[in-house]
Amino acid sequence: MEISMKVNGTEKKSHVEPRMLLVHYLRDELDLTGTHIGCDTSQCGACTVYVDGKSVKSCTTLAVQADGSEVTTVEGLGDMEKLHAIQRGFWEEHGLQCGYCTPGVMMAMAALLRENHDPSESEIREGMKGAICRCTGYQFIVKAVQHAARRLAEEKEEQRLVQSTGEGGVK
Amino acid sequence: MAKLHGARIKRQEDPRLITGNGNFTDDIKLPGMVHARVLRSPYAHAKILSIDVSEALEHPGVLAVYTGKDVNPEMQPVPTSWVVPGCNIKPKPRMPLAEEKVHYAGEGVAFVVAEDRYIAKDALEKIKVEYEELPAVTHQEEALKEGAPIVHEDVEGNLAFDWQPAELDDEVFEQAEVVVKQRFYEQRVVPNPMETRGAVAQYNSGGGEMTIWCTSQNPHIHRMVYSEVLGIPESKLRIVAPDVGGGFGAKIGVYTEEALAGYAAKNLKRPVKWIEERSEHFLATNHARDEVIEVELAGNKDGTLTALRVVNTANMGAYLSTMGAGVPTIDFGLMITGAYDIPKAAVRTFGVYTNTTPTDAYRGAGKPEATFQIERAIDLFAHKIGMDVLEIRKKNLVKKEAFPYTNAMGLNYDSGNYQLSLEKALEMANYEELREEQKRLAAEGRLMGIGFSTYVELCGLGPSKVAGAIGFQGGLWENSTVRVHPSGKVAVYTGASPHGQGVKTTFAQVVGEKFGIPIEDIEVYSGDTGSIAMGWGTYGSRTTAVGGGALAIAADRVVDKAKKIAAHELEASPDDIELKDGVFQVKGVPGRQRTFQQIAKSANMAWNLPEGMEPALEAQSFFDPENFVYPFGTHICVVEVDKDTGKVELTRYIAVDDVGRVINPTIVEGQVHGGLAQGIGQALWEGTVYSENGQLLSGTFMDYTMPQADFFPEFETACTETPSPVNPLGAKGVGETGTTASTPAVVNAVMDALKAYGIKDLEMPLTPEKVWSAMQNRRELV
Ligand code: FES
Ligand code: FES
Repeated sequence: MEISMKVNGTEKKSHVEPRMLLVHYLRDELDLTGTHIGCDTSQCGACTVYVDGKSVKSCTTLAVQADGSEVTTVEGLGDMEKLHAIQRGFWEEHGLQCGYCTPGVMMAMAALLRENHDPSESEIREGMKGAICRCTGYQFIVKAVQHAARRLAEEKEEQRLVQSTGEGGVK
Repeated sequence: MAKLHGARIKRQEDPRLITGNGNFTDDIKLPGMVHARVLRSPYAHAKILSIDVSEALEHPGVLAVYTGKDVNPEMQPVPTSWVVPGCNIKPKPRMPLAEEKVHYAGEGVAFVVAEDRYIAKDALEKIKVEYEELPAVTHQEEALKEGAPIVHEDVEGNLAFDWQPAELDDEVFEQAEVVVKQRFYEQRVVPNPMETRGAVAQYNSGGGEMTIWCTSQNPHIHRMVYSEVLGIPESKLRIVAPDVGGGFGAKIGVYTEEALAGYAAKNLKRPVKWIEERSEHFLATNHARDEVIEVELAGNKDGTLTALRVVNTANMGAYLSTMGAGVPTIDFGLMITGAYDIPKAAVRTFGVYTNTTPTDAYRGAGKPEATFQIERAIDLFAHKIGMDVLEIRKKNLVKKEAFPYTNAMGLNYDSGNYQLSLEKALEMANYEELREEQKRLAAEGRLMGIGFSTYVELCGLGPSKVAGAIGFQGGLWENSTVRVHPSGKVAVYTGASPHGQGVKTTFAQVVGEKFGIPIEDIEVYSGDTGSIAMGWGTYGSRTTAVGGGALAIAADRVVDKAKKIAAHELEASPDDIELKDGVFQVKGVPGRQRTFQQIAKSANMAWNLPEGMEPALEAQSFFDPENFVYPFGTHICVVEVDKDTGKVELTRYIAVDDVGRVINPTIVEGQVHGGLAQGIGQALWEGTVYSENGQLLSGTFMDYTMPQADFFPEFETACTETPSPVNPLGAKGVGETGTTASTPAVVNAVMDALKAYGIKDLEMPLTPEKVWSAMQNRRELV
């Protein structure tokens, strides 16, 4: 089947088998290997990406279901030139060890922060349901998300100031 | 320059991992690469009557289907790598694919290679295998009974080994004032790193070289064994562990699939990738624990402990896996007295074959089980004589003055200050207040419990002479190379092969501190037998203690040579040169100096070196420590048990660990947290379930409870620092402390909460259903 989707801002067109999973499409066809596979029962969250802004588990989504969508993977979240606040948070607060679950967990947590700008510890832990990390014991993931929340708030504040003073950029 | 040793430095490994630039085995893609899958036995025990692969071979896109008949004659079996002496051990070599009989559900019977992973999966369904099912046995005690199904025909009574290094007369126990006898069951768990196992194999048919990228904790060990299995000289076989997504012991083992990928790559002249699925991982990657431990602890009414006797009946599964036999024997048996000064001890371990997945090392390997039995037994002993569980610990802990201390099993504990960590934990917990609160809650009818674990464990494996004496088929020293490039940038190569422990950062800190250069100037490489001379891998918390020891020695050698070059250039004696903040300076003569970078350049240009000196600035160390290291500490767990549902809620968890000198406190905390999650996981949620005929009922994340974020409170952790005298860094090892200490702390806390019900012991995991049922049965007591 012919499918096309915008992945991390770039238009992609491919011919795929109808049964191909989105996660395999991203990893094997598009070489976006940041998204990982941790299970085959949709429990671990290692494969979390955004489809049209909503976080989904790409191991239970078919590539054809994402036809015509906009997809964001960890590679589209931010890079070293401009890390997303959640990436920064994970780095600053030691939110990862082996880093295998990390892309999926960061995608899920960035989505959580879009909905809840200032989540409490228990809201973060609750929001981590559906994601398994075997290395960290989760505590520093909680700290990483809180760090990101503070950063996002600061970024917003900066933007607000920039807009209100009419200046063209962040000084 | 700020001090690096002891500093909270952000990890150097993270930028790649947080931007999706990690390079895990499944991320590797080679030109012409094809995909493999394993057909696994649906039966736990069955004769293979026939295998028909013709239809699978005709399936479009299928390149090859191998069965045992094809591959076994051309490969060597995967050996048992820990042949414990003096126990009449009967290892069963493991052939790449089962040929005549399958011994556990999930054992491989065919290996399919196809153009893509979907086709490979399709092809599995087209292979026809005729089985004749045989009766299976999954529990070790059942397997030892007369008339039990026999796993391997030539192993009578399913007894793989019988290890008894020391005995104690019955009299010792008959004459004791108090004896506690208890049977514990350490349930079977699955290590479950988030990345499953996998391999990519590539063969050069011109030169005969093979590279296998795989999820390994010890690539040099894998090279050693796969070289034999595949018949490729070690010098032509390269094993690379790229980024590895957690190991926890499960990726130490030498398995058959990685070798089969190599075989297929050679045969088909195409790179072959095999990646395990999670449900496959549950069947095919080593499990752990699964030990029935019977304890007799003797002592006096005043709480003095006098003797300990332990019998462990260990379920080894269908084969003795790589380190399998060492875990319930050496790793467990020599540590049974824990952190206590118990003068007499004896142990016996039966290793039993069953129709289950083999068991092997898992975070802590033997030490968590040893800690569990003594920590639980000591609580039971205290209850029996009406003593406080804290008092009995205080009374029997090895005293600070006693170090180096030899335990009753003959192990020599390097250094320790057990009282210090205990006091610190009590202070953090505000212990008196906790006990008051427990009383207050009890008055309201609520069940709060407080549990202790004052533990010690054996880490930093370890002296090679000892390794030889205990039958380990390898050495346990470690190798590090420090290479200074002409620019003054430094490359470090370590034979320890980490998988999430933050070793790049820790090691860069060690070298940065020694040279006085920023850690950004140092790159640490690991996991590649092609560039690293030798190494024995990362497990048993040995990386910093042994690998870091080698690193410190190599770095010192570099400094020595650099000083000589600086002295030569500055026309001074090497003894008068000091290195400070990256500058070699003639003592007391400001201005007469050379920077580290200048010396790096001089050494490599070699225009003006001291007479007879070889060019370049590089040193290597092969460090073999004189002893193991023994981290220790005190954990206190607080729980509340819901009377109506039996649900255990963790309300507080305090961990004070002494891991020797700490290089990066943040990384140490992270390791402790991860370890706690796994140890607590075993106490409360994790557990493998087999059906009677050997089907794995807990074979996915849907039926095996993996700990999640909302299962835990915030951990309260701290360190005391008692340096180890056996390595230059004074480090002791931290990876396993959390797991080792926490399981008994949690169970002790739950038992404390259930004291009023007269419940002395419950089998883990302490699920709500189990706790609730136990309370129902004992209702009358309350
Ligand atoms: S891989 Fe998608 S949830 Fe586990
Ligand atoms: S960091 Fe290893 S699984 Fe999360």
